[in-house]
Amino acid sequence: MEAIVLQVLNGLDKGSAYALIALGLTLIFGTLGVVNFAHGALFMIGAFCAVTLSRLLTLSHIVIDETQKDFLGNARKVEVPYIYDIFGEAAGNVIIDWAVPISIIVAIPVMMAIGVAIERGLIKHFYKRPHADQILVTFGLAIVLQEIIKYFYGANPIPTPAPDAFRGSFDFGAALGFDPNVIIYPYWRLVYFGFAAIIISAVFAFLQFTTFGMVVRAGMADRETVGLLGINIDRRFTIMFGLAAAVAGLAGVMYTPINSPNYHMGMDFLVLSFVVVVVGGMGSLVGAVLAGFLLGILESIASMGAVLAVLPGINQIILYLVAIIILLTRPRGLMGRAGVMED
Amino acid sequence: MSERNDITRRRVMKSGAAAAAAAASTPYFFTRAFADGHGYLNAPKGDTVTLGFNVPQSGPYADEGADELRAYELAVEHLNGGGDGGMMSTFSSKALKGNGILGKKVAYVTGDTQTKSDAARASARSMIEKDGAVMITGGSSSGVAVAVQALCQEAGIIFMAGLTHSNDTTGKDKKANGFRHFFNSYMSGAALAPVLAKAYGKERKAYHLTADYNWGYTTEQAVKESTEAMGWETVAAVKTPLTQTDFSSYIAPVLQSGADTLVLNHYGGNMVNSLTNAVQFGLRDKQVNGKDFQIIVPLYSRLMAKGAGANVKGIFGSTNWHWSLQDEGSKAFVKSFGTKYGFPPSQAAHTCYVQTMLYADAAERAGTFNPCGIVEALEGFEFDGMGNGKTLYRAEDHQCFKDVLVVKGKENPTSEFDLLEVVEVTPVDQVTYAPDHPQMAGGNLGTCNSGA
Repeated sequence: MEAIVLQVLNGLDKGSAYALIALGLTLIFGTLGVVNFAHGALFMIGAFCAVTLSRLLTLSHIVIDETQKDFLGNARKVEVPYIYDIFGEAAGNVIIDWAVPISIIVAIPVMMAIGVAIERGLIKHFYKRPHADQILVTFGLAIVLQEIIKYFYGANPIPTPAPDAFRGSFDFGAALGFDPNVIIYPYWRLVYFGFAAIIISAVFAFLQFTTFGMVVRAGMADRETVGLLGINIDRRFTIMFGLAAAVAGLAGVMYTPINSPNYHMGMDFLVLSFVVVVVGGMGSLVGAVLAGFLLGILESIASMGAVLAVLPGINQIILYLVAIIILLTRPRGLMGRAGVMED
Repeated sequence: MSERNDITRRRVMKSGAAAAAAAASTPYFFTRAFADGHGYLNAPKGDTVTLGFNVPQSGPYADEGADELRAYELAVEHLNGGGDGGMMSTFSSKALKGNGILGKKVAYVTGDTQTKSDAARASARSMIEKDGAVMITGGSSSGVAVAVQALCQEAGIIFMAGLTHSNDTTGKDKKANGFRHFFNSYMSGAALAPVLAKAYGKERKAYHLTADYNWGYTTEQAVKESTEAMGWETVAAVKTPLTQTDFSSYIAPVLQSGADTLVLNHYGGNMVNSLTNAVQFGLRDKQVNGKDFQIIVPLYSRLMAKGAGANVKGIFGSTNWHWSLQDEGSKAFVKSFGTKYGFPPSQAAHTCYVQTMLYADAAERAGTFNPCGIVEALEGFEFDGMGNGKTLYRAEDHQCFKDVLVVKGKENPTSEFDLLEVVEVTPVDQVTYAPDHPQMAGGNLGTCNSGA
C-alpha cells in the first residue's frame, strides 16, 4: 500500500512535466496542424534560461587572494559576484539562491519571443508541406538548438539547485498515519506539481474565458470560417505557438532542480510527450493533461520492485505498450474527437 | 473538415519512423592491405608516425572526450620535444628522448566515438584505413572500449584503452593487442570495502541501483562481493535503464526495503541524476536501523561529479587518479596541463596521457612499431613516476596493477575543481587478483596480431 501511494506521488511530478510539454504540443497541433518535433528542445531551452540567469547572477570579478594558493601554487583568484557589490553579500546570496524561481519571470518573454521567431522564421513556410517535411524540419531544428546549447554550455549536466527553503523532503507517511520515513516526497517536487497545476489552469482559463481564447478555439474548430469572418487567425495562431513555447519553457525552468539540465534533456522528454499526446488524443488539451498524469503514474508503478519481479523490463516498455493498446482499440486517443487521426 | 485534420495517424507514424531510421550502420569493409613489406599493418613511411585518438567528441561524454583530447595533444607535444616535457622527466624508463618516437615526428588524427560502439568502430576503422594510424587509443565507455579493442585485434593495430572501468575489458573480452592502464570494477570494490567498513561499520544493509549494461554489472558484482566479504548484507540490486533520467521511482522504494546504504553503480549523467534524486529525497538525512543512511558511488569522475554540485559532499567512491596527488609525476603532469589549459586535468586526461607515453616508450624499447614488438615490450613491464606509484602491466591480461585511490566528496571545496579529497591510497597488493579470478573468468588473450 505504502509503495503504491509513493509511486502515485512519484508519478505526479513526472506526469506534470509530460502534461506541460504535451499540452504545448497538442496546442500547436490543434491550431497550426504542425507536428512539432522541436518541442522538447523548447523545454530544454527553458531549463537553460534558468541556467543562464543563475550564471548571470553569479557573474563575478576576480580578486587575487595572496593568502591562498591555486592548484599550480600561484596566488588564488577568488571570484566575487558583482551582485555582492550591489546588494551586499547576504542579500546577494538570497537572490542567487532563488535563481530558479526568478527565472520564471525572465523565461516567459524569452520563450514567447523564441516561439514566435521559430513560427514566423521557419515553421510558417512548412504549413502546406507534407507532415514528413514538418517532422524533418522541426527535428532538424531541435538538433540545431541542442548543438547551440552544447557549444555554449558543454555536454555535462549543470547543477541548478532549488532555493534552500525547498531542500529536503516531506514525510507524507507520517502525515497520513503510516510509519514515518516510508512515504517521503521532496518539497520541490510538490512545488513542481503545484506549479504545473497553476499553469495548466491558466492556459485553460485563457482559452475558455477570454475573447482571444474564444477566437482561437473557433479557429481550431474551423479555421476557414473564422478567416472568412475577417479575423486574422494566423496572427493569433502565431501567438499560440509562442504561448506553447512559453509553457514548455516554464516546465523546463522549474524542472532544473529535479534533474541537472543538459543539452539532451529535451529529447528524453520529446518521445514520451508524443506518446502522451497520442494516448490523450491528438489535438485534445484535456486529453494531453490527463494522459500526462496517467502515464507518469503508470511509469512509476511499473518500476516498482514487486512489479518488475513479475514482469521484468516492463518499466521500459509500459508507455509504449499503453500507446499500442490505445491505438489499436481507440485510435483517436482517450479524449480525441471522432475522425481525428482515424482513417 | 479543415485542412489540419486532413492527416492520418498512419501518415504521421510513417513520417516518424522515417525520421528515426536515419541512423544506419556503415557497411563493413575492412581490408588487410597496407602491410607494405614491413611485416605489419600501417608501418610508418617517411618521417612521421600517426596515432589515432578515438574519443567522444559529441554526445553525453563530450566534455570528458575533450579533456582526453587535450591530454593527447599535450602528450604529442611532449613526445616531439615541445613544452616542459611533463611526465617524461619523472617516468622511470628513460627511452624517450623528445625527438618523436623512433626518430619519427608524432602526428595524430582524431575520431568521434559518440559513445556508441558502432560509431567508435567506424571512426577507428577510418583512422586505420584512411589515415594509416599505427595505434588507436581513447574511449570513455567500456562498451566502446571492448568494441574498438576487438576491431584493433582483428586489424592488427595496438589499442591503448582510455577511460574504461568494466572488468570485461581485461577480463572476458581481453585481447592481445589491447592494453588498459585505467583501474577496474574489481579494484574499486576491493579498495572501497575496507574503507567503508571502517567508516560505516560491518553491519550494513546495502541496496544497489545498477546501470543496465556491461560496466554496471561488473561494478555491482565487485562491490557486492567485496562488501559482503566484510559482513554487509545486500538487500536488493535493481537494474535501471541507461536512458533513465529521473530516478525517483527507483529511489523511493529504497527506504521501504530496510536498507541503510545505497550503492549507485552509475556513471556520467546517470550518476549525476540518481545521486541528485537520492539527496532530494532526503535519504542522507534519514536514520535506518539506528544508523545514518549513506550513499556510495563506486566510480567517481570529477568532471561528472561537478554536475551533481553540492550533492557529492561526504560521499565515498574510488578514482584512478586525482590532480591533488603530490608525487613528482602527478605534479609534473598537473603543471604542464594546468599551464597549457588553465585548469587541472581529469582522471580521463591522465590515463590517456600515460597510455600515449607508455606506447611511445614501448616502441622505443622494442625498436619497432610492429604490434607484436610493442606487446612484448609492454607485457610484464614495470614502471614508476606516472602518478600512481609503482605499476605493472601484467602479461596475462594486459591490465595495469597499481595503487587505487579511495576518495570522498569534499565538504568545503575551495574551487570548482576541488570536489574530491583522497581518503586513502589503497596499496596495489590489496587490489591485485589472480588472472583467473571468477570476476574475470572466461575470455582468451590470444596472440598478438600485426596485421600482416
